Amino acid sequence: MNIVVCIKQVPDTEAVIKIAGDGKSIDTGDIKWVMNPYDEFGVEEALRIVKDQGGEVTVIGAGPARVVEALRTALAMGADKAIHIQDDDLYGADPIAVAKMLAKAIEPLNPDIIFFGQRAVDDDSGVVSSALAELLGLPQLSVVTKLEVADGKAKAVRPVEGQTLVLEAALPAVITAQKGLNEPRYASLPGIMKAKKKPLEVKTPADLGAERSDFIEIAVLNPPPDRAPGKTVEGESPAELAANLAKLLKEEAKVI
Amino acid sequence: MAGVWIIAEQRDGEFRKITFEVASAAKKVADGLGTEVTALVLGSGMEGACAELGKYGVAKVLYADGDAFAAYTTDAYTNACGALIKDGGPDVLLMGASMQGKDLGGRLAARLDTGIAVDCTALAVEDGKLKATRPMYAGKVYADIFINGSPQIASLRPNVFDIVETGGEAAVESVSAEAGEIKAVVAEVQAAEEGKVDLTEATVIVSGGRGMKEADNFKLLEELAGKLNAAVGASRSAVDAGWRSHTDQVGQTGKVVTPNLYIACGISGAIQHLAGMGSSKVIVAINKDADAPIHTKADYCVVADLFDVVPELTKEV
Ligand SMILES: Cc1cc2nc3c(=O)[nH]c(=O)nc-3n(C[C@H](O)[C@H](O)[C@H](O)COP(=O)(O)OP(=O)(O)OC[C@H]3O[C@@H](n4cnc5c(N)ncnc54)[C@H](O)[C@@H]3O)c2cc1C
Repeated sequence: MNIVVCIKQVPDTEAVIKIAGDGKSIDTGDIKWVMNPYDEFGVEEALRIVKDQGGEVTVIGAGPARVVEALRTALAMGADKAIHIQDDDLYGADPIAVAKMLAKAIEPLNPDIIFFGQRAVDDDSGVVSSALAELLGLPQLSVVTKLEVADGKAKAVRPVEGQTLVLEAALPAVITAQKGLNEPRYASLPGIMKAKKKPLEVKTPADLGAERSDFIEIAVLNPPPDRAPGKTVEGESPAELAANLAKLLKEEAKVI
Repeated sequence: MAGVWIIAEQRDGEFRKITFEVASAAKKVADGLGTEVTALVLGSGMEGACAELGKYGVAKVLYADGDAFAAYTTDAYTNACGALIKDGGPDVLLMGASMQGKDLGGRLAARLDTGIAVDCTALAVEDGKLKATRPMYAGKVYADIFINGSPQIASLRPNVFDIVETGGEAAVESVSAEAGEIKAVVAEVQAAEEGKVDLTEATVIVSGGRGMKEADNFKLLEELAGKLNAAVGASRSAVDAGWRSHTDQVGQTGKVVTPNLYIACGISGAIQHLAGMGSSKVIVAINKDADAPIHTKADYCVVADLFDVVPELTKEV
């Protein structure tokens, strides 16, 4: 089994996000960067499949030099090798442009499975995976919480609103990981040592013959809309608190 | 036949609420552009239902009938919608940022070689172009986005756009469309528990966190939710403790929800949790710690023991 896992490096979920001077991007100065949490499920699933069925796991990440850290984390978890598409300007790019770049890097590898996290927790788009599936003409199994891979086929459980679907596709396929798929392992100390010696290839978009073309144009970033200050519900007893709250929700907020 | 197009969403032959939200939002965009709304409906035996979309501002429905369109598949929708859109050349294409829309949007954008703004919370027209507003970094910033491609595609976050009934019937035109090869097949559909409201569609959510102390205590929240026709959500701590299923998690690595009312019980209000529910219209916090961050986000703060207050509240509503 030849598995590719696409990894995005994103700000830690605790990070305070400040809008940069240009008003269109974020100030990356103080940010701690981590592997996108959903991608960890992809790496873990790939490692489990390869442990069972043999094969190799290649992780691919695109972006500035710092992205190497996220790739090293995946290598430390157990991935075999990494490809870094290095481009200082790529962070914040149109996901469709990123998909085109990844397609150039992935196509020659002929993978059986391409994993993604179901979305990256920075731009929250979730577009790259399905765009890549389209560009490579592959089936997509999105937001999956359970996966079986056997006999050249993937069978995936996908919860949707009020239903759970079981999807089936012949490999190769693009699969996006949702929480629940597995419990990602932590990189062990020996893992971290070993990762340093694993192959990590650096390519530029030019090496791949990829031209950047963004359709999306961010005109401006704004802070979230302010919420009006809240009120403390008064009451001497739980019953009184509950009665007052119910009254406020009915008469003032009119939501029940 | 340019203009604003929407992709309707149906299940078992009935339009889903998100379709009316998207149609209503599309009508406003179309008015801004001085054009009309066309809805693409893929279904099986649904022709009679299509005219109803006129109520929500749709002028025209293109209806494609086929067994392969009875239920959503990525491939059938990409193939059929892709071809119809290439043919019709709309300026703007809107759909829901539901599970279906999130699955379809990126693929369709790649097929049509254009851009997409996902999970938008506001739309406007500026200088004849669509301006889409969407939260990024889990709602820590909001981006105003233009799409320099055609069509300009945007998917709309459920429960955010008002349903506006403008009246009228849509003209329905039957069109033929190829489903093409279905590479990812829906082999099985399991219905959720009877009466269980999905978090992303619920107008009221009652959520519990570590303060619930054990799985059994969620009964209290279920009783309250039952009376409010609400869904029950959870913090990651409650999910990781095994008290609730993964699909119930609200937050940055769970579901992003925008109900009219979100009642957080025994939830501290960590930044990752707020990311998932911070844009709810009204937030209630029931937390005995007056300093819990959730109280700074809530519209109504109840500083008390949830085990005392929640059963009383269930009686009151
Ligand atoms: C990468 C990453 C992603 C994450 N994603 C998410 C996510 O998607 N969703 C999410 O929720 N979290 C997420 N978290 C976890 C988050 O940081 C918090 O740990 C979590 O939200 C805390 O859950 P909690 O509020 O239930 O528990 P706690 O923080 O322990 O809070 C429990 C609260 O209950 C109150 N309480 C206790 N007993 C009672 C009582 N009897 N009556 C009233 N109040 C009571 C306490 O005062 C306290 O405020 C993520 C973390 C990381 C690192």
